[in-house]
Amino acid sequence: MSPVNYVYLAALLFTIGATGVLIRRNAIVVFMCIELMLNAANLTLVAFSRMHGNLDGQIMAFFVMVVAAAEVVVGLAIIVMLYRSRHSASVDDASLMKL
Amino acid sequence: MTVTNVASAGGVPDVGGLWTVLAAGDKLQAPSIEYGKLSPTLIVLGVAALGVLIEAFAPRKSRYGAQLSVSLLGLAAAFAAVIGLAASGAGTTRAQIAGMGALAVDGPALFLQGTLLLVGIVGVVTFAERRLEPSAAGSRVDAFAAQPASVPGGEGERQAVKAGWTTTEVFPLLMFAIGGMLLFPAANDLLLLFVALEVFSLPLYLLCALARRRRLLSQEAAVKYFLLGAFSSAFLLFGTALLYGYAGTVGYSGIARVVSGSDAVSDPVLAQTAGNDALLLIGGALVVMGLLFKVGAVPFHMWTPDVYQGAPTPVTGFMAAATKVAAFGALLRLLYVVLPGLSWDWRPVMWGVAILTMLAGAVVAITQTDVKRLLAYSSIAHAGFLLAGVIATSKSGVSSVLFYLAAYSFVTLGAFAVVTLVRDAGGEATHLSKWAGLGRRSPLLAAVFAIFLLAFAGIPLTSGFAGKFAVFKAAAEGGAGALVVVGVIASAIAAFFYLRVIVLMFFSEPQADGPSVAVPSVMTTSAIAVGVVVTVVLGVAPQYFLDLAGHAGVFVR
Repeated sequence: MSPVNYVYLAALLFTIGATGVLIRRNAIVVFMCIELMLNAANLTLVAFSRMHGNLDGQIMAFFVMVVAAAEVVVGLAIIVMLYRSRHSASVDDASLMKL
Repeated sequence: MTVTNVASAGGVPDVGGLWTVLAAGDKLQAPSIEYGKLSPTLIVLGVAALGVLIEAFAPRKSRYGAQLSVSLLGLAAAFAAVIGLAASGAGTTRAQIAGMGALAVDGPALFLQGTLLLVGIVGVVTFAERRLEPSAAGSRVDAFAAQPASVPGGEGERQAVKAGWTTTEVFPLLMFAIGGMLLFPAANDLLLLFVALEVFSLPLYLLCALARRRRLLSQEAAVKYFLLGAFSSAFLLFGTALLYGYAGTVGYSGIARVVSGSDAVSDPVLAQTAGNDALLLIGGALVVMGLLFKVGAVPFHMWTPDVYQGAPTPVTGFMAAATKVAAFGALLRLLYVVLPGLSWDWRPVMWGVAILTMLAGAVVAITQTDVKRLLAYSSIAHAGFLLAGVIATSKSGVSSVLFYLAAYSFVTLGAFAVVTLVRDAGGEATHLSKWAGLGRRSPLLAAVFAIFLLAFAGIPLTSGFAGKFAVFKAAAEGGAGALVVVGVIASAIAAFFYLRVIVLMFFSEPQADGPSVAVPSVMTTSAIAVGVVVTVVLGVAPQYFLDLAGHAGVFVR
């Protein structure tokens, strides 16, 4: 199968992730949607790496995985902290600051 | 990268280059790294790692002194390294690409790194202020939570406060953030751009959550900043992937060559992807979007007021100044080095973004009643003025933006340092009504804040005027005259609310239950003094610094 199809699949996954970030209300689910977007980018990178026949894209995918792992550590720490002080992880409830 | 270079030089089949090369008996070359050229970043990141070790092994009592001295020494050493590099001509005649094509060591990079390090020194000093909060258990405490992991108002927090604990981890976090920011404007490939973005963003998300007072607000700010920041970095990453697909490389110069079509393409796959403009346009737009988010430009500005208001004020000051410097450096390099061949496409878009940013920032700021939110909207307006300089697409555009960034960042640091001093029983009194009559009660502090506000407004004899003049002049010469007109109108609107605060401070009666002005230690005093000195010197005698920025205005390709 042509690697181009994987790029289309990745674009679809990225769109699903972006839509999820915008419409879901639970901070954990929003964060999972962001991870889906990062993984869509990874799939794009390896697909293009295969097409171009060089390794830059694959190496970059490794870096993205490491960065995503670091982001999970920081992100979950912040979201768990929010949950412990409010007993809710909904992003709509976090609205102390309004114009 | 080395591997692919070897592969193409050896003329081996395209797929799976690495394995073919090794099978053919060639040696895999170790990368050559110019450690001297990278020393500013390496020193800062090394000191950050040292700070983590201090947290792990030093006893609690001695951590504060150790962290503070190590951080300041590290930043000073890194600044000395930047000066050394600049003196050896690395910023002008001997500018080069270092680190196997990953990093540029050139004028804009060194100028911004020097600015960032000075901002970092002032930031460390404001973080270290321990005179403002009432002392607990006989030990003085700073603006950061006693134990950030404890629930606000819970038993754990009470015990931690009673024991007089402090979060000295803020110093290593700050150093990691500065390290990432040093890399960001110097990044010369998209991979390093993404990694540097995360390296400086992740510590900032954490720092936002660490306020000692109003912890719910602070945590909310951190969640908003984190979710929106991660969202925007995902866009940047996907744009990176599309640009890689377009050009077959993530190096800036490689992409620029494919964009301009200067090389004859023999590879059929590359000929096919390079002919696909959708990849280039969508990829470039997504990467620029990620950077505009960090800059705080409309329509990607929604996080700015909430995060600036909720974060601990020393963090807000550092973040407002340093993030803008780093992100504008990266944006300039991307637009001027990678996408100059596309300037007919991105200039109209940036026109729209700049006009929206200037007007929205200035107009919405008028309705604000909180000092920190007011400064947040003012920072949005300033991002618009800076974008006008970016649009100039000329050498004077680059140098005017560099000068503006240096001038703006010290005004911002000073202004937020002043905000930390106006306090009542609940901590900082940030509501504007509480600032009424401050000029009667403590004329010196009000006068200093007035100087910063005048600099924000761009009144002559302050650094803000010199910066704004340089940026608008470059934009007008670059054919963006209409943008300059909008910029001047936005400046006039902005001047209204800056002057309104000055009038409020000096010409209204102080409230009976008004806030008191805390007497800071030498830390905050020196931060504010540096702000005032830089503001006045850059305003009265800007020529030397304009020349310095002018010499630094050329990107290495």
